[in-house]
Amino acid sequence: MALMAEIAAQAVQMLLVLAIAPLMLGITRKVKARLLRRIGPPIWQPYLDLWKLMHKEAVLAHNASWLYRTAPYLVFAATWVAAALVPTYATNLMFSWSADLIAIVALLGTGRFALALAGMDVGTAFGGIGSSREMLIASLAEPAMLLVVFTVALIAGTTQLSVIAETFIGGVGVRVSLGLALLAFVFIAVAENARIPIDNPATHLELTMVHEAMVLEYSGRHLAMIEAAAALKLMLYFSLLACLFFPFGMATKDQSEIALAIGLGSYLAKLVVLAALLPIGETAVAKMRVFRYPIFLGSAFAAAALAVFLLFVSRGGL
Amino acid sequence: MSERLQALLANRPQVAAHKPWPRYELDDAGWSAAGQALGEGGVDLLGLWGDKDEVHMALRAVGQPPCVVSLRVRNESFPSIGRYHLPAIRLERAIRDLHGHAPISTPDRRPWLDHGAWGMRAPLGTRPPAARRDPAAYEFLPVHGEGLHQIPVGPVHAGIIEPGHFRFTANGETVVRLEERLGYVHKGIDGLTAGADLEPAAKVVARISGDSTVAYSFAFARAVEEALGVTPPPRAQILRGVMAELERIANHFGDIGAICNDASFALAHAYCGIFRERVLQAADRTFGHRLMMDRIVPGGTEDMAPGGARSIVQTLDEIEPQFAEIVRLYDDTPSLQDRTCTTGIVGNDLVTLWATGGHVGRASGRDFDSRRNLPYGPYPGAAFDVPVLTAGDVDARVWVRIREIEQSIKLLRTWLADVPAGSTRQPLPTTDISGEGVAMVEAFRGDVLMWVRITDGRIARCHARDPSWFQWPLLEAAIENNIVADFPLCNKSFNCSYSGHDL
Repeated sequence: MALMAEIAAQAVQMLLVLAIAPLMLGITRKVKARLLRRIGPPIWQPYLDLWKLMHKEAVLAHNASWLYRTAPYLVFAATWVAAALVPTYATNLMFSWSADLIAIVALLGTGRFALALAGMDVGTAFGGIGSSREMLIASLAEPAMLLVVFTVALIAGTTQLSVIAETFIGGVGVRVSLGLALLAFVFIAVAENARIPIDNPATHLELTMVHEAMVLEYSGRHLAMIEAAAALKLMLYFSLLACLFFPFGMATKDQSEIALAIGLGSYLAKLVVLAALLPIGETAVAKMRVFRYPIFLGSAFAAAALAVFLLFVSRGGL
Repeated sequence: MSERLQALLANRPQVAAHKPWPRYELDDAGWSAAGQALGEGGVDLLGLWGDKDEVHMALRAVGQPPCVVSLRVRNESFPSIGRYHLPAIRLERAIRDLHGHAPISTPDRRPWLDHGAWGMRAPLGTRPPAARRDPAAYEFLPVHGEGLHQIPVGPVHAGIIEPGHFRFTANGETVVRLEERLGYVHKGIDGLTAGADLEPAAKVVARISGDSTVAYSFAFARAVEEALGVTPPPRAQILRGVMAELERIANHFGDIGAICNDASFALAHAYCGIFRERVLQAADRTFGHRLMMDRIVPGGTEDMAPGGARSIVQTLDEIEPQFAEIVRLYDDTPSLQDRTCTTGIVGNDLVTLWATGGHVGRASGRDFDSRRNLPYGPYPGAAFDVPVLTAGDVDARVWVRIREIEQSIKLLRTWLADVPAGSTRQPLPTTDISGEGVAMVEAFRGDVLMWVRITDGRIARCHARDPSWFQWPLLEAAIENNIVADFPLCNKSFNCSYSGHDL
């Protein structure tokens, strides 16, 4: 019986992230539209878009290889698993032992690798440009991300998200290093999710695209998979932000229905707040020049590195 | 070396029917000498176009009145001007494609508007049948070097814009060279107007480039009026000015917003979209058409609705303070300034050589505005400044537009405070309807040149030269050594017309 409940709790989390990921995207778009004095599409529009794409014919280039056809599913699977591993409303779920921060970074890296290869597969100029820019961003964002991981791992003593969340809920006090790590994490999240000022998900200008350029040739169900993966990735970063830096409300030791309900409610509230904050930030700035990416992500790296050094210093040397 | 041109044209007989600029008929040597004068500088090429068995060229020695020179074509060829003066090359390629007159010893023999899809050559000339070619078979200029790769963009773009092909050669993200290929929206304007009555011809001309429909109608009306010796009544003159300035501010609002949007700064785009819409709605209320299409006709204009002047002034009152806010936002957003400043610089030498008009020329220090330099209609005596900047980057082109909007609003307020009463139409003569007329009108992009020859009440030949002819080539120069991702920003800051150029 206990096993059934555990499986159910884990299954709820896996399906929850999948089910509400498009909604979060819908909320960001709606808020953005309202900020620009437009009415904007309804917040469930991303579901309709996915439904539409699933039922459209997938057009393939003549020279598309198996890689091109399988990459969307690989990207979707890797992103879904990664998103489902992040503790959302409760810690100590069945697969919590595998919810390792480094594993999540690796899963996302795998997805990105597959997509970058697929972008170059059919040999169009835009796919190549997109892949090259994506890799530029990745090579700058990943080291910074790992330093963020080190920061929280040094405080919590582990890279397991469940344990980190529990430690942080238990209270670790106000820490400068955590603040710096948060700053770095937000920068990385913006870059990884192809948002302004790094990339513009709404652009029609093929020459300025990063993520969109890589997937420019995709259509039908393949594109649906990629879009769903993009929504999941945004969801993952929201969840990770909530789990690492704002873990309050999460059900930990007490796994009663009430605790779980509180956990779920607070999680959803956090997501909505984040989904509304993102477009507000996006509206205030213009997209940056491609050659500014290293400065943007470099400052994320510097902040995260500073966070790690501060921890070492405050511990009196390790 | 304008003296050279003067010496060349002194004591030559003028074509009597041509108004208001003089037109001279030259021989081969004279024509080549005019080309050399162009190449030496100090003379602007305003236009170069073909006729049944002639080629015409409009010139202006800087600071002096313009003129037109003509050459009778022999053996389907004429001495190339392009070998002396680069800006003539594309015009000559177009002449050969449309009329079949081949420029002798031109540096570039490739077709321009003819993509091989017409089933004939020289549709305005002898029309010999020709086998259809693959439109994609076009020889781009070779680029040599290590680590270079090409990025073909268009003619079909990801957004809803006009078609044009851009061939980038890049080294990583840096553009080494850009070559344009245009002509995808060729509509046969010259063929459609030839032999047409004045009224249908005016309608065709009004549709050459939809965003400049007022300027084109204005230019056509003026050219016809010059040819026939008609002066429109004062009320019509002022209404023409009102429409031209409304069109200018509507387009500039759209452009400023679109430039910001290309830097993904959607806020300015949203607000500028609202401003543009308000202006268009005011135009609709006042003149019965949002873009004021077909409102200007040879001999005058359609009248405005009663209360129209008040309606426009009210709209301006609403927009002006809000626009000032958006300008402040543009100026105070470092992330946006970082994109526009020092991006896509065009040097003063290039805009001088190409005689580039509009915001492209004025942002690079070319102090020319046909409203002031060759005043017409309601502009003589009107008080307005012509903003000129020297930075030549995207930012400068944005600021020229911002300043022009302010000046246009000032003009509109002056005119609308006191619109003369009376008729808006001067009837055209009914007998002896022949002549040649030329006119230049400042569209929002720059100077439109219009040349007409009327024979027995019908258009024998009408040629419209869009300002984009002398702006497109500079876009190739502007993007050099910039990054690929900045091209949309540079392109939007130029906002050249595809349709006006492709004819």
